[in-house]
Amino acid sequence: MTRKPLLSVENLSKTFYLHEQNKVIPSSSQVNLTVYSGKLTALIGPTGAGKSSVLKSIYRTYLPSSGRLLYETAAGGTLDLALALEHRILELRREEIGFVTQFLHTLPRQKTLDVVAMPLYRQGVNKQEGRARAAELLAELNIPERLWEVPPATFSGGEKQRVNLARGLIASPRLLLLDEPTASLDAKTTDRVVDLIQRKKAQGVGMLAIFHHADLVKRMADEVVELSVPTSA
Amino acid sequence: MDKILEVKGLSQVYGPGCDLCFASTGPDLETNICPHCGSIVALHDLSFDLYKGEILGIMGESGSGKSTAVKCLYFDQMPYSGNAIFFDDSGQMPLFKLNPAQRRSLRNHRFGMVYQNPNLGLNFDISAGGNIAERLLMSQVMNYSEIRERARELLARTEVLTERMDELPKNFSGGMQQRVQIAKALATRPPLLFLDEVTTGLDLSVQAKILDLILEIQSELNTAMIVVTHDLGVIRLLAGRTLVMKYGRVIESGLTDQILEDPQHAYTQQLVASAL
Repeated sequence: MTRKPLLSVENLSKTFYLHEQNKVIPSSSQVNLTVYSGKLTALIGPTGAGKSSVLKSIYRTYLPSSGRLLYETAAGGTLDLALALEHRILELRREEIGFVTQFLHTLPRQKTLDVVAMPLYRQGVNKQEGRARAAELLAELNIPERLWEVPPATFSGGEKQRVNLARGLIASPRLLLLDEPTASLDAKTTDRVVDLIQRKKAQGVGMLAIFHHADLVKRMADEVVELSVPTSA
Repeated sequence: MDKILEVKGLSQVYGPGCDLCFASTGPDLETNICPHCGSIVALHDLSFDLYKGEILGIMGESGSGKSTAVKCLYFDQMPYSGNAIFFDDSGQMPLFKLNPAQRRSLRNHRFGMVYQNPNLGLNFDISAGGNIAERLLMSQVMNYSEIRERARELLARTEVLTERMDELPKNFSGGMQQRVQIAKALATRPPLLFLDEVTTGLDLSVQAKILDLILEIQSELNTAMIVVTHDLGVIRLLAGRTLVMKYGRVIESGLTDQILEDPQHAYTQQLVASAL
């Protein structure tokens, strides 16, 4: 491939320093990977290899300890996400970089439709259009219509995860980070999610994903990067 | 994105102050009392930028200087040293170089404040509607029926029963008083709102509703907010970026999720680890 990757991670390491115990805990060590627009890179490796840490470092929920995270911005130009200003990161999160985690944090009173449409609202889409697009996606992910007007706080784990997925997939960011997006879903729903992700790829979204099952990696990944558990700090 | 507020080197000292005050206090020395002159260094060298529509959290325990910061910016007190520039539509305003009339005008029209203690933000001797009318009158809204209509709208928006708008707020519940305070603060649609421990001491269910309300308003009006709290949950729900303070100093700042999931400073790690 001759075109530039959307994201190149170069020698990323992440360690945690716990002051209380005066301990250094290595999490990810010397990670190198690339993500191209319209392609999916899968991260594999045993528990403790730092897969989630890589995603969180890219999203800047974690501060990378060393290495470069070179991202090609929509405006053109390369930005090292490890060094970018906080306001720039917030802007990228709003406009360009999405993250689907296993957990859903929402406001207690927010209706499911609004939870899902939130990324669109942040981009200036009006309520009516946002809700219509959220409804479409919720229907596709098999969330019963009677739940749409209710806050997701009382939903089952699987329902919450689908709401979370819907929210992560609604806005078509340029780079999408997926942390076990199908972990607690049944086979049929997993197939729908796979289908949605494939469509996002076709739209040109570049993805970096961690999957629960090797089978999903096989079905979706264009590139596979294997991490091993870091041994020393 | 446009900047709305730029704070540079803001410091506050209670007491006479001396040349050694700043060097003799702070988190490393674990005190904010100057051993040489006995002054309290409530705040030292606070600097940050706030953008339009952004919510910034200031977190810390009692005595960390977080409320002092907000009180200086809202002109409740003048700082010992430092600068702050408010970027208004009409131009830049250096906050601590303004004359009293200019300061009053900013407070009345462009800034809003919601205190932990509704007693500070509300006049308990006049009705809920009257409290809002007071602020509208200061903004030159003079027509009686217009004032009443605006007050009713604001109270409805903050979910205060409009039948009760003619009652005295001292007869309201704590949560309701907080809503009247928010309605009053928003009466002039200020682009900058200060919130000082606004949910502290309220029932959890009431807290959640107030936080929801604040976020709804923020997205409707694109109000920039500075949220002062010791509550990590409030920070998590509201703030995009957070400053962590101790003994009058910022010891750590960052994106809120980073502060909560990957805190760097020993004190922040301790705070996060001890949160429920």
